[in-house]
Amino acid sequence: MAGLQGAVETAPVSRLHERQSFDPADFPVPGGREEEWRFTPLRRLRSLHSELGPGDGKVSVVVDAASGVSIGNLEHGDPGLGTAYVPADRVSARAFASFREATLISVPAGYESAVPTWLSVRGEGTEGAAFGHTVVDVQPNARAVVVLDHSGSATYADNVELIVGDGASLVVVSLQGWADDAVHLSHHHAQLGRDARLTHTAVTLGGSVVRLAPSVRYAGPGGDAELRGLYFADAGQHLEHRLFVDHAERNCRSRVSYKGALQGDGAHAVWIGDVIIRPAATGTDTYEYNRNLVLTDGTRVDSVPNLEILTGEVAGAGHASASGRLEDQHLFYLMARGIPFVEARKLVLRGFFGELINRIEVPELQDRVSAAIEAELA
Amino acid sequence: MSTLEIRDLHASVTDAAGESREVLRGVDLTVRAGQTHAIMGPNGSGKTTLAYAIAGHPKYTVTQGSISLDGQDVLTMSVDARARAGLFLAMQYPVEVPGVSVSNFLRTAITAVRGEAPKIRTFGKELREAMEQLQMDPSFAQRNLNEGFSGGEKKRHEILQLELLNPKIAILDETDSGLDIDALRVVSAGINRFREDQSHGVLLITHYTRILRYVQPDFVHVFVAGRIVEEGGSELADELETSGYERFVQAGAAA
Repeated sequence: MAGLQGAVETAPVSRLHERQSFDPADFPVPGGREEEWRFTPLRRLRSLHSELGPGDGKVSVVVDAASGVSIGNLEHGDPGLGTAYVPADRVSARAFASFREATLISVPAGYESAVPTWLSVRGEGTEGAAFGHTVVDVQPNARAVVVLDHSGSATYADNVELIVGDGASLVVVSLQGWADDAVHLSHHHAQLGRDARLTHTAVTLGGSVVRLAPSVRYAGPGGDAELRGLYFADAGQHLEHRLFVDHAERNCRSRVSYKGALQGDGAHAVWIGDVIIRPAATGTDTYEYNRNLVLTDGTRVDSVPNLEILTGEVAGAGHASASGRLEDQHLFYLMARGIPFVEARKLVLRGFFGELINRIEVPELQDRVSAAIEAELA
Repeated sequence: MSTLEIRDLHASVTDAAGESREVLRGVDLTVRAGQTHAIMGPNGSGKTTLAYAIAGHPKYTVTQGSISLDGQDVLTMSVDARARAGLFLAMQYPVEVPGVSVSNFLRTAITAVRGEAPKIRTFGKELREAMEQLQMDPSFAQRNLNEGFSGGEKKRHEILQLELLNPKIAILDETDSGLDIDALRVVSAGINRFREDQSHGVLLITHYTRILRYVQPDFVHVFVAGRIVEEGGSELADELETSGYERFVQAGAAA
């Protein structure tokens, strides 16, 4: 089918994620042919990937913490930084080296909160680069919900460390509701303790270029990670999600479920689903899928699931990727019942995304995301 | 009283290779309120194309002739406008639409056809009663549209829509296919409830005479090679039952 590209052969997952460093100079400036950069429009990154040093861009971070959740700021060199995550590419390393002040969201052991802690990141212009760092530390047996809410105009790179302690549970919803001119490159890395649980939902609707890389590593057996995402790429938007789940512990589970829609000239969605099951990770149960709904001509989807299994004793491992047009058959059936085209399209889209929207753990966000998607169709 | 009038209808379909093929080759048919017409024909004769051409399926291009409903030109109407004008097509293969519930779909369709949203409480009652008559489990309303439905469930659901949307003229495309005898009775009873109302007309497309024992037609048309080759009363269906289509296929080929 025109405009669609299926899975392509890539290097083994294990090799793709070998390189890690806090020093940006350890990563050469990407030229665009590297496996991890080949889908990203480097020319539109406003030098985030090439220059080094701090930027002079302006992004404000405001935290509205749930009661019992403590908020702090960390300076460079604080031992609480980089404990879970070591940057995996040049932009990420540059963000780690260049942020002004990191935000720490900390949930004490055993404390349970269903009220979301809201971290609002607002860009105030695309001039100059801005960098950020966030640490969410959910201590053993605690439960917390964190919303990362991005808006405004920015040229922004950041890292988010999600530390989920033994027996703890964390829900993260990250909204990329940027203005049309924003560029945002981000790594969200989760470290799951024994029997810890994470659900992470990315909702990417705004921005000119958004490249979000959620990754998970298990620090003990019994961890459970659900990574979900939905995105809607309009004309000229590049929305890229790069998932990486590293199974190195026994009896852990992961589910990756991403769905996207595309419309308009130059709308580009990239989904990379890397999963590795290392030799020690017996009893792993993993499944990942990506579905794309193409609404118009002139769009492009790159969807690459990549599963590397290094043990014979898995409980389950699979992946699926499918991209297709909004079906004439669906529209005909609905329209033959009197439903006008625009309404029929909304109904199909709502059905397509509904499964993921209904699982967002913050009810007010369900409504907000539904309304935002309908607005994309208007 | 409503009248669906089809005159000298020609339609073609374009295959994957870009080749255009004429499937309807001059159909003349008038369906009036209070009448039930059966169109019978062998596989591949163009029966389903006729149904789709009336409903406005984008795959088929009408190249000649006319279709009108109460004097209004149907061919210039979009698919949804045809439905709102009072045409209904019960499909042979209803399409699955993931994530859209039956009840949401029905409410949206009823709102479109009636021009206003039904009151929530009356809609619930109306839906429940209509489903009971078709012996459908109430949980059905919460399922995704046609997803995982059995053949019988799909056809009951088509007739459920027929009864709720209350069109002027219903075109039923092989509604009897894939039904066991119990489901056939239930579905036929639904069609008969619809045609009890003398303001309704029915065009029943079928390959077999089986359903005609439950839904008795006033007129039978034999459809071969894209046109009607013989017309008569229900006795014509009896002849088809005993002798098959062979006589007509030869006549159609010669025409």
